[in-house]
Amino acid sequence: MAEMTLPAGTVPPAPSPMLTPPAGPLPERDGLLRLYREMLLIRQFEEIVNELYLQGKIPSTLHLYIGQEAVAAGVCGALQPADWVLSTHRPHGHALAKGVSPGGIMAELFGKATGTCKAKGGSMHVGDFTLGMFPAIAIVGGNLPLAAGAGYASKILKDGKVTAVFFGEGAVNEGAWHEGVNACAIWDLPVVLVCENNLYAASTPVSQAIKTATVAERAHGYGIPGLTIDGNDVLAVYQATREAAERARRGAGPTLIECLTYRQCGHSRSDPRTYRAKEEEAAWKLRDPIDTYGAWLRQTQPGAEAALAAIQTEVTATIQAAIEFAETSPLPDPASIYEDVFKE
Amino acid sequence: MTKMSIAEALRAAIRSEMRRDARVVCLGEDIGIPGGFGGAFTVTLGLSDEFGHERILDTPISEAAIAGMAIGAAACGLRPIADVQYGDFLFNMMDQLANQAAKLRYMSGGTLSVPMVMRAPIGATGRGSQHAQSLEAFFTHVPGLKVVAPSTAYDAKGLLTAAIRDDNPVLVFEHKLLYGSKGARTEKGALSPVGEVPEEDYIVPIGQGIVRRAGKDLTIVANLLMVYRALAAADKLAEQGIEAEVIDPRTLVPLDKALILESVRKTGRLLIVEEDNLTNGWGAEIAALMADEAFAWLDAPIKRLAAPDVPPPFAPVLEQNYVPSEAKIIATALAMC
Repeated sequence: MAEMTLPAGTVPPAPSPMLTPPAGPLPERDGLLRLYREMLLIRQFEEIVNELYLQGKIPSTLHLYIGQEAVAAGVCGALQPADWVLSTHRPHGHALAKGVSPGGIMAELFGKATGTCKAKGGSMHVGDFTLGMFPAIAIVGGNLPLAAGAGYASKILKDGKVTAVFFGEGAVNEGAWHEGVNACAIWDLPVVLVCENNLYAASTPVSQAIKTATVAERAHGYGIPGLTIDGNDVLAVYQATREAAERARRGAGPTLIECLTYRQCGHSRSDPRTYRAKEEEAAWKLRDPIDTYGAWLRQTQPGAEAALAAIQTEVTATIQAAIEFAETSPLPDPASIYEDVFKE
Repeated sequence: MTKMSIAEALRAAIRSEMRRDARVVCLGEDIGIPGGFGGAFTVTLGLSDEFGHERILDTPISEAAIAGMAIGAAACGLRPIADVQYGDFLFNMMDQLANQAAKLRYMSGGTLSVPMVMRAPIGATGRGSQHAQSLEAFFTHVPGLKVVAPSTAYDAKGLLTAAIRDDNPVLVFEHKLLYGSKGARTEKGALSPVGEVPEEDYIVPIGQGIVRRAGKDLTIVANLLMVYRALAAADKLAEQGIEAEVIDPRTLVPLDKALILESVRKTGRLLIVEEDNLTNGWGAEIAALMADEAFAWLDAPIKRLAAPDVPPPFAPVLEQNYVPSEAKIIATALAMC
């Protein structure tokens, strides 16, 4: 397992453009390429979403996932299709990695009737429950109790599902987070707790918000395993999740995985990032999860160059199709505000 | 038919639904601990003996987790009945109820549902400000939640059964002075609304009020404990020649507006009695609805009797002045007629 510790809120150590693969089993070649494809799709989807926002085609605000792709791809890549995923106010990457339709997500961002949530959710509530992803929960830490409930349901129903819940390091000081983690712990619920520590809660550095050096060590206070990993190393995320999910599925309880990562853009569209040093941003850019993983694939997988080019072609086409779907979809009927409040 | 208290009727509903449907579970504090209380007011007493400690889940003191787990579990296939020891603790779970339970279906575009029940005991019972509030009105203001308040044993079983079978989040408000006047954890001053409860399955449909007493001169709308005070007041008013019609809405969301409208059109006078604080209570909403839709039939201004806009006080003499009394109902009704 590739472990690392990093003083919160500081420039990372020497950039490592070359990954060191973790010691445990890796996916087969198709799986390795799939992880790359998911990350590339998320990155380029987000970049285009940003452009479409600036063109005025997407209303509201955006919390872009650029820079954190290895977490979503690694976690969802290690789950089973039927497993549950709970997300946050920054959900586009989680949704794409979970297999939610790019067109459905794009239409949701456009506020179109064909969106995954019929345009009632929007950017902060993207999800597709039919595919196992709750509408994203935009109340920080509010998804932890729900994850415990999903895990409890799996325990009662014996459906063999695991619940993965994403949250930022900013969530870990919420009371609901504590209550949810403790609930998962005391009943050994099949939940994987995924902390995306991107070092800033909006503008507040993690070092000002928690006293411990890592989030992972909080796990010991709940009597569960916790580990801090390189969240920009998709293989490390994949492997940690695989072990945690396997542990959860056999009834041994939750694991807290702290993924150290970095959002390369602002917290939201209105954030000029004046609270971060440019040197810090540049250092993290050298640790870009897609660049480093791509380099590793090229070096270790014969024929990778052609495979990655094919992935780029497919991703470009997928995103173009998503945009076209969103642009040509109808706006919702204004009268539909009255629908979906209650199940009849 | 068996005679049951409200606590027994609620327990009968839970037991029957848990036998009928393996997806029904209960979670809350002290609800199934061996040698414990069966919840703060004995409603779940003995159920863990029959259903075990996974389906009757004793939780830590973690109200946000209780509510959130019920919501998450409901979305993922269970039909949870969550239990809060005192309604006042609903504020500890407000995010989960107002932002999650109420909105998940809507913001998912109708792709999921949250079939959960949240049971909460309310009412002033000599415990001071933080174990006394009547909180129905808060939740009537959150679209996506249903709100029921049974005042008889028959309704308790029927409404709770309906709530468990409902595919939406339902808050069930129970009055601490109505659970029953016998048993281990009986409240001082409790009424004993023991009633006939069928042993077989039945529901009281959510959204249907009931006329508790017919009358032609004045309509009194009251819920929970206030139903009994209104009925007692109506008997006294009858001695003075005033026949009051007493309506128990039973459900506040969705409200049985037609039943109240029909009564007000008949009597021309409306008095609403609630134990919640006066300002922006559910009574205010009914008053506004009737001013809007029954104005032409009204022979007197609509009146509301409620707790004053102060926190619930402790001393019995203060508390008695806080909760609307039979005497205040009579005096208000006489002034209207």
